[in-house]
Amino acid sequence: MSTRLQKGGRLIDRSAALEFSFNGKRLRGYQGDTLASALLANDQMLVGRSFKYHRPRGIVAAGPEEPNALVGLGKGGRFEPNQRVTTTELFEGLEAESQNHWPSLEYDVGVVNNSLARFLPGGFYYKTFMYPRAAWKHLFEPIIRASAGLGKAPREKDADRYEQLYAFCDLLVVGGGIAGLQAALIAGASGAKVIVLEQTAFWGGRAPVDGDVIDGKPAALWINTAVQALEAMENVTLRLRCAGVGVYDHGYVLADEKVADHTPGDGRPKHRLWRIRAGQIVTATGAIERPLSFAGNDIPGVMLAGALREYVVNFAVSAGDRTVVVTNNDDAYRTAIALVEAGLVVAAVVDARVTVTGALPERARALGIRVATGTAVVKVKGGKRVTGVQLGAQAGEGAVLEEIACDAVAMSGGWSPVVHLWSHCGGKLNWDVDQQHFRPDATRPPTGADGAAMVVAVGAANGAMTAAEALADAAKGAGIAVKAAGFKASGKAAVAEAVAEARMEPVWVMPQGAGPNLRAKMWLDYQNDVKVSDVQLAAREGYESVEHTKRYTTLGMATDQGKLSNINGLAVLAHALNEDIPRVGTTTFRPPYVPVTLGALAGESRGDIFQPLRRTPMHSWHEKMQAYMEPVGLWRRPYCFPRAGENHEQAVHREVNNTRTALGLLDASTLGKIIVKGPDAGKFLDMLYTGVMSSLPVGKCRYGLMCSEQGFLSDDGVVARIDEETWLCHTTSGGADRIHAWMEDWLQCEWWDWQVYTANITEQLAQVAVVGPNARKLLEKLGGMDVSKETLPFMAWADGTLGEFDVRVYRISFSGELSYEIAVPASQGLAFWEALHKAGAELGAMPYGTEALHIMRAEKGFIMIGDETDGTVIPQDLNLGWAISKKKADFLGKRGQERVYLASPERWKLAGFETLDSSVVPDGSYIVAAGKNANGQGNTQGRVTSTYYSPTLKRGIAMGLIHGGLNRIGDIVEFNTVTGGTVKARVVDPVFYDKDGEKQNV
Amino acid sequence: MSNAVSALGNASFDGFAKIREIGPVGMISLRAKPEVKGLAKAIKAAVGTGLPAQRQIEISGDKAAGWMSPDEYLLILPYAETAAAMAAIDKALKGEHYLAVVVSDARAVFHVEGAKADQVIAKLSPVDFAKMGANELRRTRAAQVAVAFWREGDGYTLVCFRSVASYVLGLLSHSAMVGSEIK
Repeated sequence: MSTRLQKGGRLIDRSAALEFSFNGKRLRGYQGDTLASALLANDQMLVGRSFKYHRPRGIVAAGPEEPNALVGLGKGGRFEPNQRVTTTELFEGLEAESQNHWPSLEYDVGVVNNSLARFLPGGFYYKTFMYPRAAWKHLFEPIIRASAGLGKAPREKDADRYEQLYAFCDLLVVGGGIAGLQAALIAGASGAKVIVLEQTAFWGGRAPVDGDVIDGKPAALWINTAVQALEAMENVTLRLRCAGVGVYDHGYVLADEKVADHTPGDGRPKHRLWRIRAGQIVTATGAIERPLSFAGNDIPGVMLAGALREYVVNFAVSAGDRTVVVTNNDDAYRTAIALVEAGLVVAAVVDARVTVTGALPERARALGIRVATGTAVVKVKGGKRVTGVQLGAQAGEGAVLEEIACDAVAMSGGWSPVVHLWSHCGGKLNWDVDQQHFRPDATRPPTGADGAAMVVAVGAANGAMTAAEALADAAKGAGIAVKAAGFKASGKAAVAEAVAEARMEPVWVMPQGAGPNLRAKMWLDYQNDVKVSDVQLAAREGYESVEHTKRYTTLGMATDQGKLSNINGLAVLAHALNEDIPRVGTTTFRPPYVPVTLGALAGESRGDIFQPLRRTPMHSWHEKMQAYMEPVGLWRRPYCFPRAGENHEQAVHREVNNTRTALGLLDASTLGKIIVKGPDAGKFLDMLYTGVMSSLPVGKCRYGLMCSEQGFLSDDGVVARIDEETWLCHTTSGGADRIHAWMEDWLQCEWWDWQVYTANITEQLAQVAVVGPNARKLLEKLGGMDVSKETLPFMAWADGTLGEFDVRVYRISFSGELSYEIAVPASQGLAFWEALHKAGAELGAMPYGTEALHIMRAEKGFIMIGDETDGTVIPQDLNLGWAISKKKADFLGKRGQERVYLASPERWKLAGFETLDSSVVPDGSYIVAAGKNANGQGNTQGRVTSTYYSPTLKRGIAMGLIHGGLNRIGDIVEFNTVTGGTVKARVVDPVFYDKDGEKQNV
Repeated sequence: MSNAVSALGNASFDGFAKIREIGPVGMISLRAKPEVKGLAKAIKAAVGTGLPAQRQIEISGDKAAGWMSPDEYLLILPYAETAAAMAAIDKALKGEHYLAVVVSDARAVFHVEGAKADQVIAKLSPVDFAKMGANELRRTRAAQVAVAFWREGDGYTLVCFRSVASYVLGLLSHSAMVGSEIK
């Protein structure tokens, strides 16, 4: 039975009791508790179920390595799945629920898997659900997905906010244990800008738990002094609850600060993601204890020895009254000693080693603790909690020699340095035979932009496992990092009292000769239910690579990412393959070291500021009119302006009809506008456009096409000659930034000696298209300039005033109607737009949206970049040969278009289509042809590019590419449809409306 | 002219720092190589400052000249004075290869004010404020869009494109919310 002890607990405040709930049960803990310590204090040993077999699971660890104790935390908008109780600070009103069980934690029907475990070996899913293939998608996968899975996805929108912060330092210390603090003291004293990160809510790490003595003082005192010294340094930033989670190229580090996890709803951001650029990185990330592989090592009550000790010392929580410690090293004796000193019973220390004579074991013996040497735990007894252990000889095969009743088992298989951050960016590891772990190889570090080391590992993270070694190593490592960061290191290391520890003995299976029945109960990966027998089976089946074995067995693929199982698993694999552990190697360490909530990664990018939304000066007016908006790049443009009772289609038709018969107003502000100026500007534009722009007279406009070097049509628009040296190039709305960059690319990289400057003034100007038979009347009503046919003919422009506005008026038309496009400074755009509507009301003015724009241009047979073009179409395909200069020596795309394939008369070319039944051809349709191709698919001879119902012609019209192009006029062809069958259409001229252009030229 | 309004109508937000959209502010984009004859004279005539050095901004009262790139300068001045400044530039650079264009309306301008103003921007822009010079004009990004900013008074002046003014105000407000200050 786990419980709260009467005395002690260095991190808890007994005067501040907190109430919380677990699966609806109301429980009490103290300020300073983790959820794990509070659950144990309330005898909540069973906290979850495993992934595959739904086995009962208890708390194993005390830190981020915890594989079992994951809960759903919070409610509604603050619900978070898969939260580790060991890293969750307790707060008043905390609500937690266990996961992966049905119908309840105590009675789980999924546990039936348990007795069928021998039918669910490693790779079971792959073997069983291979055939028939279709069944995987429709039958097996849905069932497996429904029965698997740990936490539930949150259903409500996250109630909290998150943010990110860019930070810079000369030296970043990750880890605030004694090694990290020692490194920070030396780095801080050098004057370097230092940031120190600690993932927990307190400084000092494990040293006080281990009873270390530093500079003659208890570790806790030294830690306080060190933190005070660091706080006094202006150049040092200290962050608690901030885990360094990833090391990336060039000293870039991500850290996740849990700002308000423990104070939900207090108005602070929940997490803050630090994006740190560090000159040098010191990883002082400590070490993680390894479990031992004996049968029943997953039963609640079996815990890591260091964790059990931590619960007693830090939180005054005992995992049981009567504990058996099982170990292969001296460190676990600290747990035995701590338990006895806390007044608890240690039934025995079961030590796999035959000879045990170290200082710590001797102290344990002096306290009267029984030490059973050369002994193994053969099997742990119990179901939902430990009731006892059976012991036998470690050298044997599992014959039970003795049974001891106990309610907790503390196991220690040695410690593995946390090498994750060292490894993220390429740091290599060596196998340390004495300590039986991988540790950083300082001669093969992660390197920065200059090829020199950018990470130094110190302390336990570097394999310096005792306090004395860790402090000395931290001082040395900090010195190296400080120097590499360009500062001078001074100050000397604190000295910890040395406690000699005898050599540990590698124990990967306990007892070493255990048979299949025992091996099938030895858990390596607690969360994913991977046992010793599974890894051995994988080896027999030929999975020699540790990476393959990992994926085949799912070892280390759970949310803990193998923090406990990695070394044990690969050691078992190595033995099964008769290889040395270092030859088998580790799996790849990838960021993040601990899970980072998606909210922190998204930062501010959600809701209204999920992405930049570009607004024209008239945007607010459109919103007020309840226009239906559509995305055009990052712009939002009105698709149509529905009136009461209208659907979108009806609104679009009204807008088209009104524009053709009276007056339409279009917000064309998104149109790209680029100024090109200089003595060589004409020459430059002649290269960019397929036509000739240098000859354009001042005051005139000309339509132009731009192609890529390959010859494909890239953008189009009207160019206006402003003065002798200046042109204004209009681009498509989506093309403005791209074309401006394209211009600068050519000017900066290829034609750098040409005297041309460009400026993208798209956003400087609001632009309105005034379109329809009444367009001129409206402008004349506003007054101020002559907009008559004579003064301002088609394809001319003029500066002037309209009403109280300074304007530039272009006589251009994308609709086929009498049309003026009028530019005003953006700051006056809304006022101008409103003035047009006010004055135009009596002339029938109505706003129209992008869909009416599209229909009207299609009625006129005008192409649209992105509809008629898709990156594979050249201007010649669209019958735009007239816009391509035959005289020019060169332009971008010219040589591309001369290539055989692009010059071929066999290419599909633009034509118009009228359905025989007046219906609308479905978007995306192909024109079917006789016969089948080599793949047995029906042949095609063309495809639709634009298709609309024309309110003007009251029938479906379409543009498309067809083999033979305009030569096919009169032919009847068939378009396929999504629902099957075809639609018959006649090939026609793509100009459906006003072929002679009389309406726009009045 | 009387109709000229800034992108957000001088919207503001009060958090641990104060965000104010100001303007309209006059701006001229001037493209010319630094060695062009008359350039210093043109800038002096337009905004009364010297030619800014690389990455610097020269401020003189309500006018300023900033270095934007090896052949681009940003001139800042009262909104109504751009026409006169353009005329002065054209006069000083007559016969030279240059491009001057008014971009006042293409931009939105914010003041971020308060002792912790730098924190607001540090959450959005990858900028090391400790290394930013007193008269530095920093071209960078705020979250997903281009911005430029410099120190001014009790904080920073930040410029972005007009169409994303609302997005940038949203970013700055989010970052400046009370409770978000970094202690």
